[in-house]
This record gives sequence, C-alpha cells and structure tokens, in this order.
Amino acid sequence: MTQEFAKLNHKECIAEKTYLLIIESSNIAQYGRAGQFVNIRIDSQGSNPLLRRPYTISNVSDSSFEIIVQVVGRGSQLLAEKNCGEMLDIIGPLGNAFRTGGDFDTACLVGGGVGIAPFPFLTRMLISAGKNVETFAGFKSKAQIVTRELNNIHIATDDGSAGFHGNVVELLHHYFDEHSIVKPKIFSCGPMPMLRALTLFATERRICCEVSLESEMACGVGLCQGCAVERKGNGGKFALVCKEGPNFFSDEIKL
Amino acid sequence: MEQSVHTSFSIRGFEFKNRVFVASGTFGYGDEIREVFPVEKLGGIITKSLSLKPRDGNPPPRTVETASGMLNSIGLANIGVKAFIETKLPVLRTFKTSIIANIAASSIDEYCEVLELLESEQGIVAYEINVSCPNVKEGGLNFGADCAKTAQVTHELRKRTSKPLIIKLTPNVTHISEFARAVANEGADAVSLINTVIGMAIDIKTRKPKLSTVTGGLSGPAIKPIALAKVYEVAKAISIPIFGIGGIASTEDAIEFLLAGASAVQIGTMNFVEPLLSVKIVEGLEQYCRQNNIDDIGKLVGALDANIGFSILQSWL
Repeated sequence: MTQEFAKLNHKECIAEKTYLLIIESSNIAQYGRAGQFVNIRIDSQGSNPLLRRPYTISNVSDSSFEIIVQVVGRGSQLLAEKNCGEMLDIIGPLGNAFRTGGDFDTACLVGGGVGIAPFPFLTRMLISAGKNVETFAGFKSKAQIVTRELNNIHIATDDGSAGFHGNVVELLHHYFDEHSIVKPKIFSCGPMPMLRALTLFATERRICCEVSLESEMACGVGLCQGCAVERKGNGGKFALVCKEGPNFFSDEIKL
Repeated sequence: MEQSVHTSFSIRGFEFKNRVFVASGTFGYGDEIREVFPVEKLGGIITKSLSLKPRDGNPPPRTVETASGMLNSIGLANIGVKAFIETKLPVLRTFKTSIIANIAASSIDEYCEVLELLESEQGIVAYEINVSCPNVKEGGLNFGADCAKTAQVTHELRKRTSKPLIIKLTPNVTHISEFARAVANEGADAVSLINTVIGMAIDIKTRKPKLSTVTGGLSGPAIKPIALAKVYEVAKAISIPIFGIGGIASTEDAIEFLLAGASAVQIGTMNFVEPLLSVKIVEGLEQYCRQNNIDDIGKLVGALDANIGFSILQSWL
C-alpha cells in the first residue's frame, strides 16, 4: 500500500455513463492483483466529496492500470470529468485478491453491470494459470454493455435488447442445465440482489463461489471499521470489506 | 541553521514530544499502517476505545458521507482489553511515541476494571476516558450527558492511577464547560473535545435512515466551527490542558484550535482521507512558528486576540 499522485493518461467513454480510465502507476501495475482496489481522493484540495472512493483494478500493463467508472453520483461524476494529464491522488493496492489457484478447471465469471470491472485482469490471471474462462454478464439494456478484454462472453439484459432476456443468474441456470461444466468455480461482482441469487445457485449446485463486495468505506485500510459485513461461522461477527475482502467465499458471509 | 522550535509539553509531569495526536477510533490500535506511517513523529497515539469484553459493534451500514463530513455508528467495535494487552500492546511498546489508551465502558466498575488491567502493563503513558460515544445504548452518552456521573467516573478512576487522566467530552450537552469544570474538580489532568455531534441522514428513495442505528456521530470538517467554539468555551472555564478535536484538516486548522485554547490537537476523520496528515501538521506547526519567530508552539495556546479587526474580510477573499 502506498499513496501517490498518478497521472491520468487516457479516458474513454465505453458505454452509457461508463468510462475507462488508464492511470500511470508502476506501483499498482507491479504490485496490484486481480480483485484488489485503489482508493482515490477525487476532490484533492477540498471536502466535496470528503472521503476517497474505492475502484477495483480492472487491468494492468507494464506501467499503468485501468479502472472503470460508472457515473452514479457526485464522486463518480467528478472523476469522469477529470482530464488527461491531471494527477490523481491514489492509495493502493488495497484489499485481498481473487484466489485464482486451486482445484477447478473452468472459471465462470459472473458480473452485474459495471461489476464486470475486475474481470479483464482476472481473466488474464486465470488464463495464465491454465484455466478455461466463461464470462456471464448482465446489464439493464444494450446501451450499458461492456465486453472489452473479456473471454467467451454470454450476455443477458433485463429488457431483452441484447442477448438473453432476463437476469444473469437465470442465464447461468440455463447454461449449466444445457452444458456439462468440468470442475467449475464462480467469481462474481455485482449488485447485492444478484450476489444473493448467485450464492443460492452456487450452494444448490455445490460450486465454490467468490463474491467481490462493494461497500461504503471511509478509510479503505481497516482503521475505521466502517465497512462491516456479517460473517458466517467463527472469527467474529463482522468482517471488514476493505481489509478482509473485498473478495469473500459466498459461504463465508451473510449477504 | 534553522531556528529550533520548542514542541514538547507536559501533562501531570509526563512529557509528550509534540502537540499533535491521532484521535481514538481513527488510527485502529496503532499497528495497522505502521509500515507506511512514521509513528515516531507524533506526539502520541490514542487507541481505539477498549472495553472489558470484545464488542462486535453495530450492524452495517455503519458509515455514510455527508456534506464535508461523515456519520458513523461503529458501536465501539473492539477486541477487548485483554486481547489488546496480549496482541497489540507488545507491538505498540516498540513505537517511539506515547501510547494513550482510550477506555469505554457501561458502568463505573467496568471503567475501573479496564483501567486496572492496563495499569499493570508497561507501555501505556496515559488514559483517555470515553464517556461520550453517541452510538451505544449503555455507557457512552449515558455517562457523558450526565454531569454527576461523569464526575463520579473521574473520581473513581483518579483513585486508581497516577498516570495522566484525560476525559473525552461530548458536545451533545447544553453547557460543555460545566462538564469540564466537574471533571477538573475531580482531578482529571486534561479534557479532550469534542467527540462526534449526533446527526442523521435519510435515503429519500427508500425512506430509510442511512445508518442502521438511525442516528450516528458526525465528524470531519463539517464540525470544526462547533468544536472550536466548544474549545473556546471550555478554555475560559478551566485551567487544565485541552486536547482540541473536530475536523482538523490542515496546519491552519490546528493553529486555530491552539489559539482558541487547546494545548494539543487530535486529528480524527481526516486520517481516513489523508493518512499522513498528522505528520504534515507536526511539520507545519514548526514551520509556522519559525516563520513567525515563535520559539515555543505553546505560546500559541489561548493566544486568541478577541478584538475583532478588519482582517476578517481579507482572509475571506
């Protein structure tokens, strides 16, 4: 974990209200792992917004990393309005990484909306670990679809404007009913209702499932204890999303 | 050669190396970010509140950002004093700065018990007593909003330690200076203020409160003017030192607190945003003094010029 001022090198609108930002940082490029995040101070001189905003590392290259920003509020709006060449105050890499090793052959990446953000990096890690990767991505409609740097992608849209008409967990049910998947493991990121449905799916079919959680955070490093999530089993009632997560096994926590 | 500035100050004969501390609950147990943080630069670290038994804390959501600030309702989540002594204190003892243990409890007996457990350990130089957490049902404000109980806690703890005893006061009362006077009379060596201001935020889509406990404690730059006014009020009422806390985000903010009458400052919420802010303020205070030919930071304490001049307009522009 380090704090640095990193230059925004590239900004591109990749879907409705959704931007790809490429930020120069050999630190994050070198030490960041798939599933980890950076914490960005968007109003670097002021307090509107006050707190840093966490963004998952979407991919890395030799000396830079990517994030995907969907404009949903003031923080993301201001971040999306930054110009190339501006310096961003970032702390990272933070949190734990997806566990890409282990006894599975096919990685099923399941994303809801901008929840696909960590998958490009994850896909690369999985492929280099010799795994097959199938990607299932659900969006509200066609205008929000992001597929860049993803492998074997299966799309679902709520309104049926592209791909499967329905949600991504329904799509997954169909896919698993119709195909025999050898030794699957699920990696997922998306809105809470999707993660709940997915956890049920994984439990019923006895598939190991990791969920990447989003939470309001104040510090991002475990100091404030703000981003608590209820834990199942031993080790205290709550886990911290920023420090013990953001990636949990679906049977570890109560969603 | 640069002019040297005297930075240290003493409470009950114990000397702190400077006047900048990190506030309870904003720096964990002190060991979390030690790899990237030069703890030796600080006047001291105030630990997360320690209770007799471990506490899980309140259900999520526990934090929410508001205008220039944040609401929290952590609910004193902590590992308990015994686990602190076993797992955290050995690490803290290696730090070249002063460790102040913050204590929270739900009864006078419990405050005493936690303090006595810590008394028998090396490595704690002082105690800060949290009688002012707004987010727990028992303890916390039950004490802090009751002047007689606050005085009684101070009285009992005073009998049990000769180390500096600091009482952390809540702003959620009508006259905070009455509480400061009461604890000073019972032998407290210092007070720290302010703890968070009770606040609330609502999600208008769901019509639900944004915190699981409905209300929580407001902190950050939003409360700085409130904190400054409380420090000023208390400074006029008592002669023991004050730790000023509340939204400090810069050296200039820290100087304001000193001028209002605080002997030292604690950096709180802004640690979450700028992890190295407290160290920058340590350096910034020295620099300010050098630039203004002040040989001791202590000379700023209470040095407010209450005769308001026209300079206000200049600083506004």
